Amino acid sequence: MEDNYIIEMLNITKVFPGIVANDNVTLRLKKGEIHALLGENGAGKSTLMSILFGLYQADSGEIRKNGKVVKINNPNDANALGIGMVHQHFKLVEIFTVLENIMLGDEPTKLGFLQRKQARERIMKFSQQYGLEVNLDALIEDISVGMQQRVEILKMLYRDNEILIFDEPTAVLTPQEIDDLMEIMREFARSGKSIIFITHKLNEIMAVADRCTVLRKGKCVGTVNIKDTTKEELSRMMVGRDVSFSVNKADANPGEVVLSVRNLSVPSSIHKTNAVRNVSFDVRAGEIVCIAGIDGNGQTELVYALTGLERPSGGTITLCGRDITRASIRNRSKTGMSHIPEDRQKHGLILDYTLEENLVLQRYWQPEFQNKGFIRFDAMRSYATRLIDQYDIRSGQGPVTIVRSMSGGNQQKAIVARELDKDHKLLVAVQPTRGLDVGAIEYIHRQLVSDRDAGKAVLIVSFELDEVMDISDRILVMYEGEIVGELDPKTTTVQELGLYMSGAKRSTVKEMSYA
Amino acid sequence: MNSNDLLKEFIDVFYFIVQNMLPVAIPLLLVALGGMFSERSGVINIALEGIMLFGAFFGCLFVYYVQNTGLNPQVILLLGMVIGAISGFIYSLLLSVAAVNLKADQTITGTALNLIIPAGILLFSRMYFNSDGVTTRVRFYISKIPVLGDIPVIGRLFFQNTYITVYIGLLLLVICTIFFYKTRLGLRLRACGEHPHAADSVGINVYRMRHLGVGLSGILGGIGGFFYAVGIMDGNVNGHTGVAGFGFLALAVMIFGQWKPIRIFFAALFFAFFRTLAPSRSLIPFVRDMNINAAYFKMLPYAATMVVLAFTSKKSRAPKAEGIPFDKGQR
Repeated sequence: MEDNYIIEMLNITKVFPGIVANDNVTLRLKKGEIHALLGENGAGKSTLMSILFGLYQADSGEIRKNGKVVKINNPNDANALGIGMVHQHFKLVEIFTVLENIMLGDEPTKLGFLQRKQARERIMKFSQQYGLEVNLDALIEDISVGMQQRVEILKMLYRDNEILIFDEPTAVLTPQEIDDLMEIMREFARSGKSIIFITHKLNEIMAVADRCTVLRKGKCVGTVNIKDTTKEELSRMMVGRDVSFSVNKADANPGEVVLSVRNLSVPSSIHKTNAVRNVSFDVRAGEIVCIAGIDGNGQTELVYALTGLERPSGGTITLCGRDITRASIRNRSKTGMSHIPEDRQKHGLILDYTLEENLVLQRYWQPEFQNKGFIRFDAMRSYATRLIDQYDIRSGQGPVTIVRSMSGGNQQKAIVARELDKDHKLLVAVQPTRGLDVGAIEYIHRQLVSDRDAGKAVLIVSFELDEVMDISDRILVMYEGEIVGELDPKTTTVQELGLYMSGAKRSTVKEMSYA
Repeated sequence: MNSNDLLKEFIDVFYFIVQNMLPVAIPLLLVALGGMFSERSGVINIALEGIMLFGAFFGCLFVYYVQNTGLNPQVILLLGMVIGAISGFIYSLLLSVAAVNLKADQTITGTALNLIIPAGILLFSRMYFNSDGVTTRVRFYISKIPVLGDIPVIGRLFFQNTYITVYIGLLLLVICTIFFYKTRLGLRLRACGEHPHAADSVGINVYRMRHLGVGLSGILGGIGGFFYAVGIMDGNVNGHTGVAGFGFLALAVMIFGQWKPIRIFFAALFFAFFRTLAPSRSLIPFVRDMNINAAYFKMLPYAATMVVLAFTSKKSRAPKAEGIPFDKGQR
């Protein structure tokens, strides 16, 4: 058994300025197994895999293939050893065809001229063998994310890779696509390929993996057989303490309608069609409404229209009885809208301003913070200090920290503090926990629930099914710019939600009630 | 009788415009193709104007020194072209080293390269020729190519009153297009301008590809500059007028051509047409009658640039990664 390891990464240490990304980590991969690599964001999973793939070099430690020490200085070396990787952010050239993307870097040529036909035949062979159908002549920018992932997988097969690394492959997929992917992974394992599967989703590990190595804060916590472990034990290993998976909250007690959207359409920035089509819904005080759906089905545009970042092409938006369809962003804010934006670095913060300046971004013009046009710095400072205390925002130099230097979790806390502390009736939060670790997620969820309990209306857009199921009082599913279903999280299942999200199922009954 | 005269006059004007348009279009075409290679590999090349002028200056300097040896003018032109290409390539190294290796701001580097050259030419010419530039007296002009020039219509359109730069330019267009779309290097170069990290992850050396892109723009820019001096300035170059903004026009041609070779060719013809209208205006009857100041005609290609870019730039799709220095560590 001991000799059966195809890849061994022994005592790997990698230091980046200011942080030890991998501290004496050991990972052993057996031939033909699916090996999960589990850890929170920032635990060092991606760094470890980047070292295996040759994107980084380890400071110490060694890599062995079939027992022999190897040096991997760049992706070419990794490729020569049969190591391939599906990156979390796909490495595909959007304006190239599928065929060009697969053969790029390993093109069959004659006298320097491309032999597309030869490449095409080779790809078709693998495509048929594993049932990975793709249109080789389609442009990447025209195909779905699931298809793009298929292209990445074919890239590895095309290169005859036998060690396949999947870096958080399920984050962008629908539940059905995830099932398909798992089946493909099992098929690969059966045919003798070895798989490393990076994730922080425990259900997927339990479903597909043979063994699991857990990292925490750059250190290796241990490797376990999936058969002998439980979800709870894995999570304890990952976080270092017991974590509650569900959000504790009392039943909702919806009051009057705060936000009312009628027949809203929003143009798309890319295509000529509308990204949001004829959408109607209400959000009441004291309830959390979640908009579920796969990324790119119009959620972003819907929120842009609600918050004033984009002009709708039709329909009305009413907030607290006032028509705000064409109101300015400050007007919306004054009327009672708070917004935790999807891209916190682009729309939420001015990264090169200090923390205190960012905390008063929405309010610097109020008499409290200005006098005849001059900022009242003392008021700003004491206000910021209070928020930092209250919301536990951690930073190097307190109020005068440059926000860019703060961690993602604390940047998000700063936005949450600013938006919740401000006088508001409605909170719009898009992907409020994206990229945060389990501890920070728990915290943000608690804040959202307590905002609801304080009688505010809360509208959340999320792509994470678990989050949607946990936190919402009501679910609206968006598919291709329309709301295709309204579900109650208490009576629905993740599978049913998935069917709505992929467009396989839709209900029209609820829509009628808004007519 | 009268209408016959009018028709004959119209045909003459048509021939005149085509014959004059091609030598103007070729420098634009070549320089824009150069810009295309650079930008599709990921490096913004705003230094095209400077590269052109650099190539033109050394090409003309070469012509100046060999003009009394009795060499065939067309041979001199070919050799001058090679000199222009080499000098353009050398000058472009300044950009590629700064942009690729030193990760400098590409726009600022390009601007600096543009500013230094006219001044350098003035200084050098004052020191050695006591003039503003290099003046040569080789006759590159071909009034009629034997045999081909006698073909009806086509002969007069393409093989009379012209320069061999036209044929070299068209040949280079074909070569560039094939290289760009049909070869491995072309595919890899295009990948580096769109998604350098994707290229890197499949083992392509992004730095080398970008050096190649900028180097090609230097070669084509240098040739284009020399062809400009030959076809438009009668073999002269000076530090005052330089290449009259043709490097920037070529940038417009490249954008109008959407960074694609064949489209760039048509865009170059479009701009060359406007450039040719100024000298032809006295030949076109109704334009002549309008009695408009010549200065307005000379503005046409530049005004057209602004109008065209104002309308097309919103839809244009530049290479995604252009202008961003490639950093392996950032993902």
